[in-house]
Order: sequence, then C-alpha cells, then structure tokens
Amino acid sequence: MRPPLVEVSAISRSYAMRSGMFGRAMAVHAVDGVSLTIAKGETLGLVGESGSGKSTTGRIVLGLEPPDSGDVRFEGRPMAAPGTAAWRAQRARMQMIFQDPLGALDRRLPVAVQIREPLDIHGLGTPAEREDRVRELLRAVELTPAHGARYPGALSGGQRQRVVLARALATKPDFLVCDEPVSALDVSIQAQVVNLLCDLQAQLSLTLLFISHDLRVVRQISNVVAVMYLGRIVEIGSADDLFARPEHPYTQALVSASPAPGRRSAGRIVLSGDPPNPAARPNGCAFHPRCPRAVPRCASEVPALLAVGGNRQVACHLVTGAETRDAA
Amino acid sequence: MTQLIAIAGLSVAFSGVPVLRGVDLALQKGEALGLVGESGSGKSVTWLAALGLLPRHAQVAGSVRLDGREILGAPSAELDHVRGGRIAMIFQDPASALNPVLTIRKQLCEALALHRDLSGEAVKAEARRLLDLVGIPDAARRLSAYPHEFSGGQVQRVMIAMALAGNPDLLIADEPTTALDATIQAQILELLSLVRREMGMAMVLISHDLGVVAENCDRVAVMYAGRIVEAAPSNQLFADPVHPYAQGLIGALPPLDGPRRRLTAIPGTVPDPAHMPSGCAYAPRCALAGESCGLAAPTLAPIADDRSVACVRAEASRRAVLGMAAE
Repeated sequence: MRPPLVEVSAISRSYAMRSGMFGRAMAVHAVDGVSLTIAKGETLGLVGESGSGKSTTGRIVLGLEPPDSGDVRFEGRPMAAPGTAAWRAQRARMQMIFQDPLGALDRRLPVAVQIREPLDIHGLGTPAEREDRVRELLRAVELTPAHGARYPGALSGGQRQRVVLARALATKPDFLVCDEPVSALDVSIQAQVVNLLCDLQAQLSLTLLFISHDLRVVRQISNVVAVMYLGRIVEIGSADDLFARPEHPYTQALVSASPAPGRRSAGRIVLSGDPPNPAARPNGCAFHPRCPRAVPRCASEVPALLAVGGNRQVACHLVTGAETRDAA
Repeated sequence: MTQLIAIAGLSVAFSGVPVLRGVDLALQKGEALGLVGESGSGKSVTWLAALGLLPRHAQVAGSVRLDGREILGAPSAELDHVRGGRIAMIFQDPASALNPVLTIRKQLCEALALHRDLSGEAVKAEARRLLDLVGIPDAARRLSAYPHEFSGGQVQRVMIAMALAGNPDLLIADEPTTALDATIQAQILELLSLVRREMGMAMVLISHDLGVVAENCDRVAVMYAGRIVEAAPSNQLFADPVHPYAQGLIGALPPLDGPRRRLTAIPGTVPDPAHMPSGCAYAPRCALAGESCGLAAPTLAPIADDRSVACVRAEASRRAVLGMAAE
C-alpha cells in the first residue's frame, strides 16, 4: 500500500437556505461525515448524481472552502489557514480543473500567457525559464506553440481543456482535483483528454481526485471509486470490481441505468421517485424512499460505512460481509 | 411496414456555409431510429429543417415526404397541422420550452385545443389523462402547478405529455435526457418506450450517447459533418461497425466491465463547416484514409440488408468479404 497523500476525515459542510422570501432558514447538508484516503500516485473517482455533494467534497479537499467539522490532511499535516504564506505554498502543489474550460479561461488573453500566470504568481523561475516551462507544458498536453499564441475563442473545446490542464500543471502540483473535466466534450475528444490525463498521471506520478457523474470515465481513470448519495459515501471499492459487482442498491441502480451498446433495456433497475433533495434529507438511510429493497429499519437508522470483505466498504443495513460472501 | 417519412438530399446552409450536405433518411411507421454524432454534425438541424423550424435566412434544399406528401416548403397552414399534430418534438432543456407564468393545465389544454377536436370538460379530462400517462403522481392536482414546481425529470415528463397531446405519428426526441441524472434518465427512457408501444408511434432519438441510442432504437444512423456516414440495425452497428468514424466512436467509449484498455481516441477535431476538406470529410482524421478519399465525397451505399455506409475503403473491404462468401 502506498502512503496516503490526502486524508479526509469526517468532513461535513452545510449551507443555510431559505425556502421562499419569508420561509424559515434551514440547513442543507451538502456533505455529511465524508472520510477518504487517497494514496500517492493514485486516482480516487467520486461518482454521484447532482446534489450528492461530490463537488463540495472536492472544494473542501482543496481548501477552497472550510469544512464545518472534520479535517483534511495533506502529507500527514493539516491544511494551513487560508491566506497565509504556508497556505499559498501548499496551494501551488494542489490544483483544480473544472468542467467548463471556456469559463475557466480569460477570453481576452492568449492562452500561453494564462498558462504562465501561476508561475508568475508563485514566483517560480526566471522569466526565461518561465517561457521554457510554458513551451514544455504546451508540448506535454500535445499542443503547439502556435496554439499558445491564440485566444481561447480560437480553440476547440478539447484544446481549451488541454490549456486548462497545462495551466494546472504549471506549478508541478502533486495533487489535482478534476471536477467533471470531460463532461462537456464530445465522445471522441473526451477519449483524447482521458488518455492524456492517464499518461500525464503516470509520467508525473500525480495524485488525482476525479469527480464525475459518468461511471465509464471514472472507471477508466480511477484506482478506487467512491459512490456518493446525498452527502454521504454509500459504497467505496476498487474501480475494477465496484461496477462489476455493485453491493449497495443505489450503486446497483446507477450501474444498471448506465446504458451500454449491445444490451437492451430488459432487466434494468429503474428507480422510482425524484432525484434526492439535499434540503429534505430523509431520516435513516437517505436512499430508503427510492430503494427497492428497503426494510423498516432503513427509515430509522443511518447505516454506517462498513467493510464487507476485500477492500469494499458499503453503507447499507442489507449488505453485510457475511451475507455477501454467502451470496457470492 | 409502410414508410412514414422519407428525407432525400436534404441540405442546409447558413449564409453560404453548408451545415447539412445531402441527408437521406427514411422511417417506417412505428420504428425507433437513433441519430448519433458529435456536436455540429447536423443531427438536430436535419429535423429542424424538415419541419420548417429554421430561421428564414437558412437555405434549405431537398425533399421531405410525409406519407408521400412533400412538406418541405409547404404553406404554413399545412405545416401547422404537421407540427405537433403528425410530428411532435421534445428538446434537451424542457424548462425553457414551457411558459413559466402559465399553469401546466393551460399549456396542455392549449396544445389539445390546437390539435384535437375537443372542448370544455373533455379537454381537461384529456389533459389529466396525459399527465397520468407520463407518470406524474396526483395528476389532477398537479395540473394547476407552474413549471418551476416540478423537478427536472418531471418537467421532461410534462413536455412528453404535451408532445403526445396531438396524437403524433412521430416523436422527435432531441437529447431528451442529456440534462438529467442517470437514474432519472433511465426513468424517462423507459417512459418513452412505454408510450411508443402504447401509441404505436415512431420515434427519432437524437443523442450523442451511443449507449442510450443502442438500447432504445431499432436502427441507428451515424452522422458526421452534415452527412450520414453509416446506417444499420443497432445491434449490428455496435457489434460490427463498418465506417471508420463509427468504429472510432465505439472505440472511444470506456467499457463498464471487463479489462480496462487504452481508449482509441480519434485524433484531431471535427472540420470547420466553412473549410470542409475536399472528398470525405472524415479523411483527415481517418487511420484508413487513402489517396482516393481526398478526391470525391463517398455516397451512402448499401452493403447488406438494411445497412449502408458512405466510405470508399469500407466498400472495398466489405465487397471482398461478401464476394468470398458468395463464392
């Protein structure tokens, strides 16, 4: 087992929300007691539907947002207080990539200038060295110096996401949080960027937190995958067998809902009910109103995330280590 | 089966820039056809043009026959009967297709009054039946709700109810589930196949998601740069794609089980419509491209029963295979 780079223990975050103009303020639990460990050089995939808290988890892990409780440790040390010099130094080693590359880039600056910006901000190298580094970064993401002279508007979606990736890599980070980095791209371009991310990770021994709703892309790129539902992790396990043998009823529905060429919809688990609303979290297991296998206990008691054998952990009253092994 | 709609040589240009370059497509009654391709390949424009929904400055040519009658360039009185009555359309973003300040009842009844000879209580009863049909719980009460009171999946259900109001023979679903979460997408797709079975309706499912199309359609047409490059029954297309672009699209899709392999990404990007390469539009990205590919654009030619491909190389390789089998 490789040593952990990022350790997240029991982080929670809630927001105040008001329903209507005169409604009472209530707490929306975006993230509720999430613990994760990401080993050095590995990729942890985080999947879930909208409102499951995956992006908030990513932001807390990066220190863009403080958790209400719980803590995040980077290389065994707690995160420095935001705004301090120590925090800035740490932040240079952690970067983030978002879904919409056009929104992440300044339309009025050539992209090479934008890739150089983090080097200027963190004062890395002499001006000449920075120019070299920009050329090197463009090459690393398979763009030419000619692309660097262009404005974001003159690049395609896939090329823009490469620019964002080059900029994120400028400070030689150890840790990269990717929030839906390929969701806005067409399939053929998506494959280019996924391959590039895999290559760069291997070359630079990057550690990734890869957030996406797309099970296929997550499986392709991750070592370990965690499934979130309404702010909690419901199942976590190795990427290779989590989707092949999902244990949690929600993961099973999610895998079943993922369409596959060559398979007709017969036997698909279609969940009834609406997508979960974080402002009205059901008691007990948050999934129980939509769960096809729910029993009375599910409505009253919150299931804990427990190991069920192998390196799988599941938060479900109906899945226990013994039962699963018997079934298998 | 009888033919419902036949599109022939449909082309569209916006201020001289061609975006649709000769599309031939036919649909039988009750059939589900999938239309896949990347953004800008012309999937949506094909149907917007066919239904006369493009802005006036678009130059449209070709032919669209519904039950043998030409509807391209038909007078608007006739089109009003076709749109919503014979052919209905639903879109990716259902929320913006509904009027936010009118109740669902008002909007459903409007569609019913336009396309059906119903009045008074019958309209209201039918509106309620439609809402029931698309699986909105407590339909009677929900009729007086406004669009913002529904969740994303429910709004798409309401849109489907409105599309069904005219009892159409064909439903064009343009990326109906792209904005929805996976579990809700599964619900909507199941609903679509249910109403299609119940009403014997044909459907065109436009999607960039190969999996969605494969699971829900009888036949699939793959579009690239304003043309159809391959059309085949869905199981055959996914088991044995012939056009190099179709092969590329399927290879670019990460598998959900089995061993992980490196994705076969298609190099380069989709050509700019204003600077189309001469010959086959896919040739610059194609691993199999030869000299002949740059000369003339290949036409969509049959290679087997119900299968056609527009590729010079594939035709040659296929003919060799078929020839050997015949001997």
